[in-house]
Amino acid sequence: MKFGEWRKRARARAKPPMSTVALTHSFNRRSFFLGAVEGGVGLLLATRMGYLALFQNEKYRLASESNRVNLALIPPRRGWILDRHGSPLASNRAAFRVDLIPERLVHAEQTIAELGQILGLSEVDIRDLKDKLEKAHGFAPVEVASRVDWDKFAAISVRLPDMPGVVPQRGFSRYYPTGPAVGHLIGYVGTVSAEEYEKEKNPLLITPGFKIGKDGLEKYFDTALRGVPGARRAEVTASGKVVRDLEMREDVPGHPVKLTIDGPLQDFAARRIGLESGAVVVIDCLTGGILAQCSMPAFDPNSFADGIGRLEWKLLNDDDHIPLLNKAVRGLYPPGSTMKPMASLALQLNGVSPDERINCPGGYRLGRRFFRCDAVHGSVDMRTAIERSCNTYFWSMAHRVGYDAIAPIAKMLGLGQEFTLPGTSQRYGTIPDAAWKMRRYKQEWTAADSLNASIGQGYVSVSPLQLAVMTARIASGRNLQPSLLLGKPPVLGPAFPFTPEQLAVTHEGMFRVVNGSGTAGASRIDIGGIKMAGKTGTAQVRALTSRGGGGEWKGRDHSLFVCYAPADVPRYAMAVVIEHGQFGARAAAPIAKDVMTFLFDPPTAVETLHALEKQWGGNATQRMAAKYLAAESGPAASTAKPVTESQIEEAVNKAGPQPSPTAAQTGVVVPPPETIGPQPVTPPAQVPVQSPAAGDN
Amino acid sequence: MQRTYVPALIARQPWHIVLPLLGLVLFGSSVLYSAAGGSLQPWALTHTLRFLVFLAMALVIARIKPEMFKFAAFPAYVAILIMLVLVEALGFVGGGSRRWLNLGFMTLQPSELMKPGIVLVLARFYDLLPAGEIRGWRAMAPALALLGLPMALVMLQPDLGTALAIGFGGVVVIFLSGVPLRWFIGAGAAGLVAAPIAFFTLLHDYQRNRVLVFLDPESDPLGTGYHITQSKIAIGSGGFFGKGFGNGSQSHLDYLPESHTDFVFATMSEEWGMLGGLFVLFVFFLILRWGLKVAQNAPDRFSRLLAAGMALTIFFYVFINLMMVTGMAPVVGIPLPFMSHGGSSMMTNMICIGTIMAIERWSGERRGSGGLG
Repeated sequence: MKFGEWRKRARARAKPPMSTVALTHSFNRRSFFLGAVEGGVGLLLATRMGYLALFQNEKYRLASESNRVNLALIPPRRGWILDRHGSPLASNRAAFRVDLIPERLVHAEQTIAELGQILGLSEVDIRDLKDKLEKAHGFAPVEVASRVDWDKFAAISVRLPDMPGVVPQRGFSRYYPTGPAVGHLIGYVGTVSAEEYEKEKNPLLITPGFKIGKDGLEKYFDTALRGVPGARRAEVTASGKVVRDLEMREDVPGHPVKLTIDGPLQDFAARRIGLESGAVVVIDCLTGGILAQCSMPAFDPNSFADGIGRLEWKLLNDDDHIPLLNKAVRGLYPPGSTMKPMASLALQLNGVSPDERINCPGGYRLGRRFFRCDAVHGSVDMRTAIERSCNTYFWSMAHRVGYDAIAPIAKMLGLGQEFTLPGTSQRYGTIPDAAWKMRRYKQEWTAADSLNASIGQGYVSVSPLQLAVMTARIASGRNLQPSLLLGKPPVLGPAFPFTPEQLAVTHEGMFRVVNGSGTAGASRIDIGGIKMAGKTGTAQVRALTSRGGGGEWKGRDHSLFVCYAPADVPRYAMAVVIEHGQFGARAAAPIAKDVMTFLFDPPTAVETLHALEKQWGGNATQRMAAKYLAAESGPAASTAKPVTESQIEEAVNKAGPQPSPTAAQTGVVVPPPETIGPQPVTPPAQVPVQSPAAGDN
Repeated sequence: MQRTYVPALIARQPWHIVLPLLGLVLFGSSVLYSAAGGSLQPWALTHTLRFLVFLAMALVIARIKPEMFKFAAFPAYVAILIMLVLVEALGFVGGGSRRWLNLGFMTLQPSELMKPGIVLVLARFYDLLPAGEIRGWRAMAPALALLGLPMALVMLQPDLGTALAIGFGGVVVIFLSGVPLRWFIGAGAAGLVAAPIAFFTLLHDYQRNRVLVFLDPESDPLGTGYHITQSKIAIGSGGFFGKGFGNGSQSHLDYLPESHTDFVFATMSEEWGMLGGLFVLFVFFLILRWGLKVAQNAPDRFSRLLAAGMALTIFFYVFINLMMVTGMAPVVGIPLPFMSHGGSSMMTNMICIGTIMAIERWSGERRGSGGLG
């Protein structure tokens, strides 16, 4: 209908004057219409109510319940890691902590600024926090600060309504009383990464304050140490006030793990390494239990547990002493002359009489090449050859029996072997033989290779742990298996073929190294008749450098020392490796001497250590703190880059410096560094279950 | 039919409307009692007492003669208008907007009075307008002026809900007066065009936000959409029979905002379920049907328009409030008559009820005098 027509009709309709009756009719029609609208609205509302209350009832009932009830997981206290005396190497301490839940954060900048002000965070701290937030995944809490004192904690608690996303809570943080001394052995804990959560999908993992083991024993025993979380179901009001607790379940602390480690010894050895870079491993000759296993310098696991800052990370990463490498089990070094006691046993097994004398004119001629010895030793028998570390003797004997006769004994005594131990996976290095060389390099084994290998150079590389095991086995004459868990009966491998007489020859040689006119005479001990036997080693880092090295640190020889005491009834065996420490007698033997002294006469040893630490500028923790302070104001602070969880793990699991095979005195072909095969998985060891008496308080 | 066994004064009262009202108010009181955590204070008791006071007022209004209403229409309108101006000038800031006038002994919200006031003055206006003029501009322009002035003043406070209620009451009276439908069609079309413009220019930020959030409440569950979401949870979680008296967690744990005023229906639904909701709807159905019936049986044009306008003013409260709490309308501050705690709205609604009662009396008297009773 056209508009014009409509107007016309409207006017036509309007023509008769509007009467009161017509208006009443209009009113009746229109009020009836409004009544119908009312009825319609009523029906609409009833339908809507039915839809909400009946069809969507379940959805809204759940929503109402999730409003009403707040379920909070209480992270379980982590099980303690104890030393053999029952004192903690890793414990927990009660702490007030503050976390941020990125997902709930509304005004990030403002909240961080406010937190920084209340908690007194430094500029570096705030930058670290922002780094962590950037990488955070909505669900996972980001730690702002732990070990917050009560005043600050209370200040944050009252400001909560203005700072959504901030979660202050009372919890426990992991504490390593001796810090860096146990860093590599125990490992550290950290917040769960996205990948770890994806793998397990356990809600416990994203509970604020929950940490999992990231390295070392913390990682290996993680499941046992974790414990069972507590839970609290509470009725809460909209503003978060708890009306009443509906249900409360205490957490069950994780099981403690008791180690064979002697805590004070571990700490002493770690501190005694001092400014050097190296490892000390001490083994109980009765049981094979590892009493100390240190690698220094190390990171402080306490600072990893709180989330490491970028500056601290830079300092660790840039240090040429590689504090992130566990040198005790993952550092590989040419053993040098520390191989000689083992070689003496191998020679005796192959019919070499210990009394046979070899003349040392200052070297050994093989074909047209001349292998030079350290000195002109003159006529030496086996004992003297060990005592004075005469290469000529071992070269000529190895040439006679062939290295393939020596390699099996090296392996039998633990070199190049991997042990069933919990914790950081070991690297097992190389004990070469003809078959190995053919497999590896497609080359024939040469007589020169035998000579190099017989004095622990060339292709040979071993770890400090292996050296300690070798020493314990030689000292005890028993096939000891190293262990870390206390309380298990010692396990022995197949008996050795050595006769007591053969062992006695080697023992005498080693005794004379320290107590005779040997290479380690300066490191002898005599504590109420207790004496030490040992063997020095100097391993060349580069071919064709002068003996001992000198000049640049990185080019100097490694200093090694293996020993046991008491010499007559061996109880403790030890291996000390000091990277680039030059002669074995110079760096490694004095450390071994002090550590051994600590085992028999702690006060004297501690006195020595304190005097040394005074020169070094404090113990390891103090020196790290001083270094951090210095760096904070230095250029490192501005160039430091944020660190991620995976970077840390990568660095810790990195192979570390691979010793390139070195040739003693000769210019043999230097093969490329060896790659390592897949690391065998060690079966989980059983964890001793202890009463919760050792719980945290 | 003289019922001699009850006193005449009592028998004369309009029990057919007082009883449903009383039922609704007492039900409302019980909800308020539960919302207060099982206590008569601070809401349930005052709610009931207020109802009784305002019921007495309504019964007094019911005895007023039509001439009095007609006489008072314009002066009352002007008086309320002056009060609205005073609120602008002297009123104190309450709840972010100026609405109350402090009279010393009580605080008065003049915009509430304007809701019945506008109905009264427009009914009187169309009563005075000659029937022949109804199609001309003289039927529209003064009415629009009468309506626009108070709406503008209330919007200034700013109080969108009340302004809309006043507008609704006024438009209903204009509609029922018989003005040509084309005005409404035209206004509807203009409204469609003007609404978006008004949305972006006239509304305050918080009002605009309410509309936006209404369109998608879950988008901002802890922000402005919180009210609607929590209200729907309360109604939905009640199911058919409810969680039981005193067991409403949404209201008791403060998840539901305004649980005793604007969202009292959600508080009720959580505990009484859909059954309670249907009861409330039924009572409102009785009241509103009664109001329209009275209007249709009213003796003259003035009383017809007045009764229908009053009934639809109550309807507007119910309609907007229930739409809001069930998530079908934006959050506007409009309480549910006879259930929400609040004196001003109780007063307004009882004025409406009293007026309709009066008109019922007038028609009864006329019928009585005509010998039909």
